[in-house]
Amino acid sequence: MNLFFQRARKIEGNIDKYLDNITKAILTFDQGIKEFFNGNIDLFEEKYKEASKLESDSDELRRDIKYTLYRDLLIPDARGDVLGLLETLDDVIDIIEEVLREFSIEKPATLGDYKEDFLSLSEKSVKSAQELVSASRAFFRDITNVHDFITQVHYWEHEADKVEERIKRNAFGPDGREKLSEKVQVRYFAERISLLADTAEDVAERLDVYTIKRSI
Amino acid sequence: MGVTLLFLTSGLFLGWSLGSNDAANVWGTAVGTRMVKFKQAALICSIFIILGAVVSGAGASHTLGKLGAIGALAGAFTVAFSAALSVYLMTRLALPVSTTQAIVGAIVGWNLFSGTGINGAALAKVMGTWVFSPVLTAFFAFVLYFLVVFILKHVKVHLIRLDGYTRLLLLLAGAFGSYSLGANNIGNVMGVFIKSAASAFPTFNLGSFFTFGGVQQLFLLGGLAIAVGVYTYSKRVMMTVGADIFKLSPVTAFIVVLSSSIVLFLFASQGLKNFLVGHNLPSFPLVPVSSSQSIVGGVIGIGLAKGGHNLNLRILGKISLGWIATPLIGAVVAFVSLFIVQNVFGQVVY
Repeated sequence: MNLFFQRARKIEGNIDKYLDNITKAILTFDQGIKEFFNGNIDLFEEKYKEASKLESDSDELRRDIKYTLYRDLLIPDARGDVLGLLETLDDVIDIIEEVLREFSIEKPATLGDYKEDFLSLSEKSVKSAQELVSASRAFFRDITNVHDFITQVHYWEHEADKVEERIKRNAFGPDGREKLSEKVQVRYFAERISLLADTAEDVAERLDVYTIKRSI
Repeated sequence: MGVTLLFLTSGLFLGWSLGSNDAANVWGTAVGTRMVKFKQAALICSIFIILGAVVSGAGASHTLGKLGAIGALAGAFTVAFSAALSVYLMTRLALPVSTTQAIVGAIVGWNLFSGTGINGAALAKVMGTWVFSPVLTAFFAFVLYFLVVFILKHVKVHLIRLDGYTRLLLLLAGAFGSYSLGANNIGNVMGVFIKSAASAFPTFNLGSFFTFGGVQQLFLLGGLAIAVGVYTYSKRVMMTVGADIFKLSPVTAFIVVLSSSIVLFLFASQGLKNFLVGHNLPSFPLVPVSSSQSIVGGVIGIGLAKGGHNLNLRILGKISLGWIATPLIGAVVAFVSLFIVQNVFGQVVY
């Protein structure tokens, strides 16, 4: 039994590390987008590299957690749900890395006119993802609070949707960009940043079901 | 001695039936939710059933003895055999049946066949517990559910560690439940033989403080038979109890097992009864109760605590039907068997 609790401590530590990595990746994304719109491309590239590193570290941690859960026959009733949660949380970090990569490749100059809206969109998407991490932490330690965090994920996703729509309407409206290619680029990046909030919401919905299943 | 052992085989068969069925009541939820491995459950279950039977088995057996004091060894053999056959038939149908009801039915069959009067008071006492024990288990499970919810809300244990604590608690509750089962139900297995067979065993004295008498040896044999039943046949029933009746989480499984174990212990422990009586508290009669009924009561208690939405009433109904059918089958099989043993094999059965 002592061995069990040693293993439990190790896996709890790994789950915490995994969630910490996601939090760091979200903050890196937030900083990266700000640096990009402030024209600090070198600092932006640094943040992109940091996000890539966090993404690969998280993959390794997730594999380790999965292996340990199955090898040590832990939480047989909730194992599938925990692994499902960790895998879908991985989508969040993947989106972060992917969006920053696309900014790094395209370096879209057309977005400058909508700087404030893009920063607002990023802020709201980041908040949605942060609430998701809080909900996930609560799932492991304080299940009664999961629902409150999930409500906030939904709220910020909805706010992000509103800003995304505003950017698109402005870009395609009479005062918007002239070239269709530029309009499309503005729309594309608005959708990509908003995808972070959408993914957080998808994971939150699954987490809601896992929480109902776990309530004794 | 050889003849005694030959006649005891039906009691051992009944013990085997009890092990294959009733162990599932204690361990089914733990094994069914895969929190405890079957091998681990079977080992702990066997050890504690034997301990419970030998150390605390006398009280409840005594009550059963009042119901039918079978003095003829062949009669005791036939009664135990009839009960075992009834349980076996129900087990083949994968129904968690009650050995208590089978043996009581068989004893009533013997009463009817032999023309000895049925001890109405003893029968009423036993049958009263058939109703009272599941209600009491439901009550314990209901209260414990809210207590555990309250504790978990305030302690905030990590999911992984909670899993470890739950496994540990399931093992402890299982050991306690097995002890209580052995203490409470050994009377069902060996109770009918006490009058006719216990005197055939020698008494061993270990110094002046420990005596290993005939009744205890009889209970040890019965306990071993139960252990064989646990190892050879109980896994399938454990899966039925654990997976089909009610979707139990490991924590609720612990609550159900603990509630049921407390009830079985209350109806078996002479020491507890003496303690309660000594402190002017209400005590419980020492009566073999049905662990099947008790566990279903616990499941209902949890279901009610959760709002009563998840109960599978169809399966509960099916089990209740078994409760009525088992004593009836027990009585009929005993009556017919006694007739055959007396008239075909020329044995004295009463």
